Amino acid sequence: MAHSLLEKIKSGVLWDFPGGVHPPERKSMSITDSVDTLPLTDYYYVPLKQHIGVYSELRVKVGDKVKKGQALTFSNHNMAVPVHAPTSGEIIEIGEHVSSHASGIPEKTVTIKSDGLDESIELQPQSHFHTQSKESIIKALQEAGITGLGGAGFPTHVKQQAQDIEYLLINGVECEPYITADDMLMRNYADEIVHGIEVLAHLLEPKLVVIAIEDNKPEAIAALDEACKDKQQFIVRKIPTKYPAGGEKQLIQVLTGKQVPKGSPPAALGIVSQNVGTCYAIYKAIYTGEPLIERIVTITGENLDKPQNVWARIGTPVEHLLNTAGYHPEDINAQKLVMGGPMMGFNLHSAQVPVTKSTNCIIAPTQQELPPAPPEKACIRCSDCADACPASLLPQQLYWHSSAKEYDKAQDLNLFDCIECGACAFVCPSDIPLVQYYRQAKAEIRQAEVEQEKAEQAKKRFEARAERLEKEKEARLAKHKKAAENRKKAMQSDPSAQDKVAAALARVQAKKAEQTENNTDSAQSTVKSKAEQAIELAKAKRLAKQGETKTSEEFSNTNDNENASDNKSKAQAAIERAKAKRLAKQAAQAQAENTEADANITGAQNTTDAQSDTKADTKSVAKAAIERAKAKRLAKQAAQTQAENTEADANTTGAQNTTDAQPDTKSVAQAAIERAKAKRLAKQNAQAQAENTEADANTTGAQNTTDAQSDTKADTKSVAKAAIERAKAKPLAKEAQQIQTEHDEANASEPKLEENNDKSLQAASSASDTKAKAQAAIAKAKARRQQSDDNAEMNNATQATHEHVDISSDNKAKARAAIERAKARRQQAEQQTNEAASVEENDHDSEQKVRIKAAIAKAKAKREQGQ
Amino acid sequence: MTLISALIVLGVLALIFGSILGYAAIKYKVDADPLVDQIDEILPQTQCGQCGYPGCKPYAQAIADGDDINKCPPGGDNTIHKIADLTGREYTPLAGTESDDVAEEVKKVAYIREDECIGCTKCIQACPVDAIVGASKAMHTVITDECTGCDLCVDPCPVDCIDMLPLAQTTQSWKWQLDAIPVKQVH
Ligand code: SF4
Ligand code: SF4
Ligand code: SF4
Ligand code: SF4
Ligand code: SF4
Repeated sequence: MAHSLLEKIKSGVLWDFPGGVHPPERKSMSITDSVDTLPLTDYYYVPLKQHIGVYSELRVKVGDKVKKGQALTFSNHNMAVPVHAPTSGEIIEIGEHVSSHASGIPEKTVTIKSDGLDESIELQPQSHFHTQSKESIIKALQEAGITGLGGAGFPTHVKQQAQDIEYLLINGVECEPYITADDMLMRNYADEIVHGIEVLAHLLEPKLVVIAIEDNKPEAIAALDEACKDKQQFIVRKIPTKYPAGGEKQLIQVLTGKQVPKGSPPAALGIVSQNVGTCYAIYKAIYTGEPLIERIVTITGENLDKPQNVWARIGTPVEHLLNTAGYHPEDINAQKLVMGGPMMGFNLHSAQVPVTKSTNCIIAPTQQELPPAPPEKACIRCSDCADACPASLLPQQLYWHSSAKEYDKAQDLNLFDCIECGACAFVCPSDIPLVQYYRQAKAEIRQAEVEQEKAEQAKKRFEARAERLEKEKEARLAKHKKAAENRKKAMQSDPSAQDKVAAALARVQAKKAEQTENNTDSAQSTVKSKAEQAIELAKAKRLAKQGETKTSEEFSNTNDNENASDNKSKAQAAIERAKAKRLAKQAAQAQAENTEADANITGAQNTTDAQSDTKADTKSVAKAAIERAKAKRLAKQAAQTQAENTEADANTTGAQNTTDAQPDTKSVAQAAIERAKAKRLAKQNAQAQAENTEADANTTGAQNTTDAQSDTKADTKSVAKAAIERAKAKPLAKEAQQIQTEHDEANASEPKLEENNDKSLQAASSASDTKAKAQAAIAKAKARRQQSDDNAEMNNATQATHEHVDISSDNKAKARAAIERAKARRQQAEQQTNEAASVEENDHDSEQKVRIKAAIAKAKAKREQGQ
Repeated sequence: MTLISALIVLGVLALIFGSILGYAAIKYKVDADPLVDQIDEILPQTQCGQCGYPGCKPYAQAIADGDDINKCPPGGDNTIHKIADLTGREYTPLAGTESDDVAEEVKKVAYIREDECIGCTKCIQACPVDAIVGASKAMHTVITDECTGCDLCVDPCPVDCIDMLPLAQTTQSWKWQLDAIPVKQVH
């Protein structure tokens, strides 16, 4: 069978493919006597990837001097081929440059500034390829960067690795209108092409080599006939002119009558096809050693004085080609430039697009020549497209499904068998750009596939992560258990361990005595977390009571007292926040006290304001970051408070929305007065402070117990460090060193308070951990101290926004008004503070304004995003 | 007599065919994909939790158990249609939108402004697909290829240094525009 097929082919039998069209050829205008070499230009843009396959890595950098033919990239991947420097010069840029792709999306490109010398690297010809192994020749082809020059840019060496090849088809068909690059090549370089084919034949060992040329190129046929006349194995076959006979599948069908099955390469049928241009490049690479840095490009179109074919270096900007050919656009802005043929090519976005390995033609047509696409009309179901389709598809059905985005149905109709030849669009009487629809559909489908793949990946990663978390949790639990058991055992078996605990307890107690705290609860030292909770609870209760019994004024006073008296203690601030939170909750329970609660929250925040360290701020990034961190946390807290209790939220919002109304203004004024009072009181009131820090100290004690149990050293160290930091940062701290230390301790243990008890217990069992935490806490506390006022303000603003989002998320104007009000109120309060306490500095004030503006902008942006 | 023999023959035939069928049913049993897995396959696996479940699989389970099919914003309309087809339920527009022509959202990925990152690792803990690398107190960064754009890391970041940026279009992801180059006879 195969034998008879071989006979048939040899005897000149031709088959036909279905469909096909006969577009106007317009080839004659670019046919000239010879092919000139384009003069050098100044800049060359070499895209890093010019083939189908994978990216290669750069092996040069900006500033490097390169020589003509030097490889710019390398890769060990089989599907990658390098690109080479088209001339000698300097690499001045490696970056994005408009791509020779229909989209024009910039791609990574090496820009070479030519030095005009065109110095070449030393070439290593392998003209005695018959004596060399096939592997080394294939490697040489790969290193010469040879890809299919016909259009698709498939790496040539990959095709040459095929086995059991019967037919090697050389494609000199060139069926697209306008293009004459292959024609000119065959006319002028027939011998070289045949040499190239010999290399391929040596690699593939086919039974027959068929060089196919359309019958509209008699000169080329004659030239090749002449070159092949003493080659038994080579046949030059003239085939009828019909578009798209040059398509690989169509050509195979015409020459062998075989149809390439879907999804498999022609090599599966024992057929390999190569373009004549590729054969010439192979000749160059093997016989002269020169890599692929040059190709024939047709420059044509009626807007050129001298349409012609030129040898253009890869990377030459299209503009240079056009200028060489006498480019005279009618209207430079409306001028259309087409890369490739009119059937399968695309419009260029810029004349700076470089020539690549697969650029065969540049057309600069007049408006008449290739007029803009006429408006698309409705499909009249004439089925002309189906008759023209060389792949026997149903273009009109594909069009329906593609435009309706029913991609699965389009795929069922073999969308991916479409070779995008454009024959259907060419015949369509309704001027429907059918191919574009298919391309779009294909792109969408490919994208969906990529996304599907990514989703798979994400799922795997998600599951792996879930598993990992589960394992970690188990491991942690097991560790806890083991540690607890070990401790127990040690306690029971080793009396000295008990001594140690006792010693630790003693140390703790000593410390507490130092702290002028006598109400040490012995339970605390052993059951830390419980004690902590109890203290929290007790404090909460006490505060709740206070909130109920005291008037709002008194309460705010107390708050302010606390703040003022130890106005550097951020632990206190945290507790305050907790208080505020609790109060907000309370407010919901006792509706009557809502305004008070609100006033308290505001008061507390404003107090933080008053505490502010007006020290000149270093504008380090770190600080800014911490600032934002703090602001965000406070904002969140505020939001959380609201989230926790919608009733309270509604009430608070109500209060804020009526900022101008009396009660609120009053409360603001009150807050200001209170602050002033607090300041005064702070100077004398040591007792109130002691009282207020009581709970605090208790907590500290509890924490210290843990620390003492695990590693007293780390704790002491952190405390000392904190003290030093504090002393440095705070010249205002004239209070007793003891109080200082106390607060620092509170600070150090604060994050633990915030964290889950169980976790902190564990963390404390590791010395280094404790240290790190303490340091983190110090950093935090420091930042907080320095930035607290800004934060409070941001908080105000953000709070307003948050509240607003909560109640009426759709009303932007209202939200803005709320922010404005919040701002106004803050400024008012500030002013009053200034008057009453006169501690604020003017420039500080303005700085704050800038900051609050930034904060509001941020909050706004965030809210809008959220909407 | 003929009646009895006919009955016997038919009975024997019935037995033979019955046993063949029974055997085939066991031998060639198709492990039908459970519905949950099929739905999970359709969901975009962004793992963002916007559906109100802690991931796509739980939501798939919930749909199988009768929850609404229109709760997954990242999947969008396409996903709802597919699930509707699979489960045979009525198509409903995405929760929170009225019509089925919701604009397709641009795919986004997280980007960390690295000089602002304080290395708190909070984003790592939030990322459901481990698409963020970094260590405590060191700069963090997002592996763009792995990021599903779920947004979950943005909120936990204490310094707001994570942005959701639209994915840059490449020549690979570009979708063709509709502009043909017409070839018409001039003369
Ligand atoms: S573009 Fe596709 S559908 Fe149209 S004729 Fe060519 S192969 Fe057929
Ligand atoms: S040629 Fe155009 S109008 Fe005719 S059936 Fe095809 S798409 Fe419709
Ligand atoms: S909303 Fe998010 S988590 Fe839920 S199914 Fe969709 S992608 Fe998955
Ligand atoms: S990096 Fe952020 S947006 Fe991306 S997957 Fe992780 S959490 Fe989601
Ligand atoms: S959450 Fe933000 S600050 Fe923390 S590590 Fe991640 S990016 Fe950095």
